[in-house]
Amino acid sequence: MKKEPVIQFEHFGFKYDAQIEPTLYDINLSVYPGEKILIAGPSGSGKSTLAHCINGLIPFSYYGDATGSLRLNGKETRDMSLFEISKTVGTVLQDSDAQFVGLTVAEDIAFALENDCVPHSEMLERVAEAAATVGVPSVLSHAPHELSGGQKQRVSLAGVIINDVQVLLFDEPLANLDPSTGKTAIELIDDIHRQTNAAVIIIEHRIEDVLHRDVDRIVIVNDGRIVADLPPNEILCSDVLKNCGLREPLYITALKYAGVQITPDMLPQHIEDIVLNENAKALVSDWFENTPPAEQPAKGPVMFQAEHIRFSYANGHEAIRDVSFTVHRGEIMCIIGQNGAGKSTFSKLICGFETPQEGTMLLEGTDISPLSIKERAEHIGYVMQDPNQMISKTMIREEVGLALELDGLPREEIDRIVNDTLKVCGLYPFRNWPVSALSFGQKKRVTVASILSMNPEIVILDEPTAGQDFRHYTEIMEFLLELNRKGVTIIMITHDMHLMLEYAPRAVVFTDGKILCDDTPANILTNPELVKAASLKETSLFTLAVRCGLSDPRQFVQRFIDYDRRVREK
Amino acid sequence: MTNLFNYIPKDSPVHKLTGATKLAALLLLSFASMTTFDTRFLAGITILTFIMFGVSKIRFREVKALLWFTFVFMVLNNLLIYLFEPEQGVMLYGARHEICRLFGRYTLTQEQLFYHLNVILKYLCMIPLVILFVSTTNPSEFAASLNRIGVNYKICYAVSLALRYIPDIQREYHDISISLQARGVEMTKKEKLFKRLKNIVTILFPLIITSMARIETVSNAMELRSFGKNKKRTWYEARPFLPADIAVIVVSALLLVLSISLNFVNGGRFYNPFV
Amino acid sequence: MNLKNKSLWKVDVKTIVAIGIGAALFFVLGRFVAIPSPVPNTTINIQYGVLAFMAACFGPIAGCLIGLIGHFLIDLSAGWGIWWSWVIASAVFGFLVGLLGNRTRLAWGQFGKKGAINFNIAQVIAHAVAWIVIAPVLDILIYSEPANKVFLQGAVAAVANIITTAIIGTLLCFAWAKLVPDKSSLKKED
Ligand SMILES: Nc1ncnc2c1ncn2[C@@H]1O[C@H](COP(=O)(O)OP(=O)(O)OP(=O)(O)O)[C@@H](O)[C@H]1O
Ligand SMILES: Nc1ncnc2c1ncn2[C@@H]1O[C@H](COP(=O)(O)OP(=O)(O)OP(=O)(O)O)[C@@H](O)[C@H]1O
Ligand SMILES: [Mg+2]
Ligand SMILES: [Mg+2]
Repeated sequence: MKKEPVIQFEHFGFKYDAQIEPTLYDINLSVYPGEKILIAGPSGSGKSTLAHCINGLIPFSYYGDATGSLRLNGKETRDMSLFEISKTVGTVLQDSDAQFVGLTVAEDIAFALENDCVPHSEMLERVAEAAATVGVPSVLSHAPHELSGGQKQRVSLAGVIINDVQVLLFDEPLANLDPSTGKTAIELIDDIHRQTNAAVIIIEHRIEDVLHRDVDRIVIVNDGRIVADLPPNEILCSDVLKNCGLREPLYITALKYAGVQITPDMLPQHIEDIVLNENAKALVSDWFENTPPAEQPAKGPVMFQAEHIRFSYANGHEAIRDVSFTVHRGEIMCIIGQNGAGKSTFSKLICGFETPQEGTMLLEGTDISPLSIKERAEHIGYVMQDPNQMISKTMIREEVGLALELDGLPREEIDRIVNDTLKVCGLYPFRNWPVSALSFGQKKRVTVASILSMNPEIVILDEPTAGQDFRHYTEIMEFLLELNRKGVTIIMITHDMHLMLEYAPRAVVFTDGKILCDDTPANILTNPELVKAASLKETSLFTLAVRCGLSDPRQFVQRFIDYDRRVREK
Repeated sequence: MTNLFNYIPKDSPVHKLTGATKLAALLLLSFASMTTFDTRFLAGITILTFIMFGVSKIRFREVKALLWFTFVFMVLNNLLIYLFEPEQGVMLYGARHEICRLFGRYTLTQEQLFYHLNVILKYLCMIPLVILFVSTTNPSEFAASLNRIGVNYKICYAVSLALRYIPDIQREYHDISISLQARGVEMTKKEKLFKRLKNIVTILFPLIITSMARIETVSNAMELRSFGKNKKRTWYEARPFLPADIAVIVVSALLLVLSISLNFVNGGRFYNPFV
Repeated sequence: MNLKNKSLWKVDVKTIVAIGIGAALFFVLGRFVAIPSPVPNTTINIQYGVLAFMAACFGPIAGCLIGLIGHFLIDLSAGWGIWWSWVIASAVFGFLVGLLGNRTRLAWGQFGKKGAINFNIAQVIAHAVAWIVIAPVLDILIYSEPANKVFLQGAVAAVANIITTAIIGTLLCFAWAKLVPDKSSLKKED
């Protein structure tokens, strides 16, 4: 490709005013027109910061010291205006709610045009056009809170592509999207990439999901440095992902377990067209035969029971329709289902944040409806989806210690618990920081910590690992397992199929306010009809098993998980 | 949004008017009815607004809540006025026709009653106007309308942003206060005033932080989409003026002029039948 | 959030957004959050504490417009007609706090005793002017209501608001100031 790069970093570094150490060191990166790049890296490694440098928020909105050079089409960004830059770079921010500034979908899509004084008639056309491209023409007059997570994403995308930019920048486009919505989002981005031929940069933790469609290069950022910049096929063969504490696609891990040598010429980028010669297949099936299935953990006594719960919001929206289910003492279970299925609502009902119109809830056989929110919280802790809504103190320590303070524990006791919790959640180094200086993922961990410090019997975590990299994700999950061994019952609401497969022996699937099924993750994810109905996503392990012509793909998935667990416990 | 401002979409001449027109009319007429105390004029405006109400096809039961609330407010305020100054009318109209004596310094005079009639009329001509405005104007049009009547577009967009984020902030306040109760922040009414205020702060604080964070991200998002680039901007929701719009604005303007000139005709703000 | 090197009168995009979201806050707190006050069936107006804080952060123009828009929207949605005299009073309050409360230092994350004193002097003056001068006088001019009524009403409102603002506003300022990291203060420890 003998073109001029659109974006060119040369020995670029950046330090936020508030930081002592730089957040980015010696970045060298060139992006060429029409390229598609995935940027991955641990949480807090500087990905969003990198994105801010590209779209001009640094230095125009965030202040700090930049070193080296960053050029857009050969022009130093620090010599350009933010408006100039935004003509070249279109950004879809990490938080698609904040990106939605219009009162209705149409107005939001039109926003950039309005600011460029585009005449009304032309505006109508181009909005309709953009809406059609991203597939939201039917909701043009809807208000933001009438949209699903996926639709919001599409709208913000439409609002960006409406004036044709040379670079499309996505910061964690998949965070909080259910698997199939995420899948379609990736396909949508890919289609737009083909149509507009703009350079596309995607920052994302869910590597396997992004790789669902081709990318040209994967750039790995670690501690503010670029540690790898290679085509996916080569990255997947190396160990760089594992070394940076990132998750490689499951089928890759499986192949490695089976002892298959993965080489670039096997095109490991997609499970569909990875080349598996006979001996590879043989290795896989041998591994399958020789891996003993783990015995399923025995169910404890019934702990929590919900019977025929019905709930409608004040605006008449019936979010929960006759839901009944039981939780057993000491189990780990997942609640999954598409955006807007009612998962968060249901957990709010359990914690008494909302009151169901019908139905009863029993905790160890006693009706909890008379209990106050506080009284329930002593048994059932709820970690909300949006970290910012839970953080009520300025400093991390105070935040994590809040509940203990109010319970009037002695200082040293509080400090001990807080320190332990912080260490577990990988926040100990930041213990004296103001919450404001943390990245999204780091904030999320703070809220998890603040609930865990109350050590409740049941913990409900709403998207515990959203925006988490694999290392911290594993840390948190291992911590939860630890708690679980101590007898704490754990319920996780998640869109992360890996999370469910690896940690939950049992999962409940929600679709529009009802329970669709209640089974083991392996069974759920290997049942095509179910996967479709609940807009989940088949696991690549299943596909691998099928492609290796194994007798029992379902068992293969189960055994992989059990094996993987044992490996990681070592 | 709609239910918050009680916007009732219908197909009526009033709905067809552009938001700018209705806003202009609202402002002009409210100033008109503020400047004068001429009973005839106020009565006239009142009748006019009630006619418009009919035209707008808005049913009274659709706005019953609003009206009821207003009625109570009106009665209370009048009572207060009377309690504080039973002779207000006499002072204003410089005459005293006593009807009957109640108790203490409280007597009923024609002037006082007439004065109360005027106060009530001031409500009666304003309130249907406001209700009419909110229930026939799509909130999306507010901003564009303000801009149309000459307000700087950035300020107009601030209004639009306010409307955009009210529902979010409302939901957020609810979630925050509950999640804090769950962590032991008690907010019982029995608390002492100071303690209660402190607890409010514990809830307000996350709200402020999220709002400040939101201010940051939203302004980033807006700048990244070149808000504030030019001296002016166009509006997706803008609608062209029709003859009807012009007519309404002209009439309202004339009424304002009339009300002002009445001050000179009556030699004061009051139409005084007593002397 | 970085409000450094921003002049008192500068209106940039951040200020505009602050006005919008500030007004939304003012609206929600004023319209839906009713905290009972010691006086029966009256409620505490906590929105002025927040308005004062926002004004101190973003300056007089923001303060003025937050008060104006927020209060206007409340009246608009409440249906008791637009009570211009009090709408304008809210705007004046926001303006004065923004003008008198020294904001740059708060925005810098410095809000010590001096800041608190300054902030409270500002809010007391502002409340006094808004509720004991502006609102009543306008009430008399526009609605020729009896002087003693409107002034008493104004005085009561002023006192109540001064107390709540003193507590809520000041606490918010302190908390916020703690939040803004000082230059080069953050270092990973282990
Ligand atoms: N406005 C800011 N002021 C000071 N420090 C900041 C600011 N924003 C981010 N940081 C710091 O920069 C580091 C990188 O943050 P960044 O948001 O780029 O991480 P990230 O890779 O996007 O993480 P995540 O995957 O969780 O989003 C973090 O350690 C954070 O503490
Ligand atoms: N406060 C509310 N008022 C009215 N409707 C609401 C409210 N909160 C949620 N809803 C609606 O209830 C439905 C269920 O929402 P909920 O947040 O439980 O979905 P979810 O399964 O958690 O989705 P996600 O996976 O995106 O978090 C959605 O259609 C949502 O729009
Ligand atoms: Mg990030
Ligand atoms: Mg949810």
